[in-house]
Amino acid sequence: MSNPAIPLWEVFIRSRNGLAHKHVGSLHAPDATMALQAARDLYTRRGEGLSLWVVPSNAITASDPADKDMMFEPTASKIYRHPTFYEVPDEVGHM
Amino acid sequence: MATGSITVAQTPLVLYVLRRADDALILGHRLSEWCGRAPMMEEEMALANMGLDLIGQARSLYTYAGEVEAAGHDEDAYAYRRDVRGYGNLLLVEQPNGDFARTMARQFLYSVYIDLYWRAMMASSDATLAAIAAKAEKESAYHVRHCAEWLVRLGDGTPESHRRMQAAIDDLWAFTGEMFEVDEAERELIAAGIAVDPETLRAAWTAQVDEVLATATLAKPAAAWMQKGGRSGRHSEHLGHLLSDLQYMQRAYPGATW
Repeated sequence: MSNPAIPLWEVFIRSRNGLAHKHVGSLHAPDATMALQAARDLYTRRGEGLSLWVVPSNAITASDPADKDMMFEPTASKIYRHPTFYEVPDEVGHM
Repeated sequence: MATGSITVAQTPLVLYVLRRADDALILGHRLSEWCGRAPMMEEEMALANMGLDLIGQARSLYTYAGEVEAAGHDEDAYAYRRDVRGYGNLLLVEQPNGDFARTMARQFLYSVYIDLYWRAMMASSDATLAAIAAKAEKESAYHVRHCAEWLVRLGDGTPESHRRMQAAIDDLWAFTGEMFEVDEAERELIAAGIAVDPETLRAAWTAQVDEVLATATLAKPAAAWMQKGGRSGRHSEHLGHLLSDLQYMQRAYPGATW
């Protein structure tokens, strides 16, 4: 399926009002209109969603897996970034 | 155990409902023949989805025909135990799949018609048919959209895709006249507000088809002699072969379940 006339698209579905669109998979389609129809046919067969996005896969800039340590490792030691790190005084009450 | 073919009461409403059910079943079966053969996975699913929509519509209609006839026939009896001459579907829907262009052309010509039909039938004085219409219309509206997109892409695509789509439209055109045909029994139902006069759909069908053909750079075939006979059971040679496939199990092992 590497036909350049039929590029790859990423599919996002919003399952309910108030939720964000979530990535569910990908598909091949010649253009945006057909990609949207294919997304409907492939990914919403069981009432999965109320709204669909399709995005050309080549429009996505992805992080390099080889950079994983540099990109994400430094946050592991910074536990003070989590709200649970702090003790809230009783006087503050319910937050 | 019930064996052989069933005899169906030839009352206007039973015949009318069975003809629409037969359209949906036969076209749905044709689409099921694409399983595992579609040009790409995305279209494999699209074809199966449309086929399942149609078979769902057929089931509702057969079940209703069974209630109206009140002779103990269920949806399976109508589908599996009537011979070719007992089927009242349009000749268009029994035509072989051919290539992908031909399947899409057949689906497009039918879907534009049936979507207009279901929309009008939502106002039927028959509450069951109106309810079936309301559900089916949402499905057929999508079929129109999907097929129209393919007509445009293949018609206005490469020289090869254009040639194939034009050939498909040309070959199937003679089967479109039958959609607007009415017989005596149906005239009665139209007068009673149960059925829709298909003649009232013709202008909208023509306008919609013309627009898509023009966008797709396809030539509209000249008005020519139209094939007919499907509604009265006079079918092309293709339906018998289709039914032998569809009915084989129940004919060979009557009443078999699994």
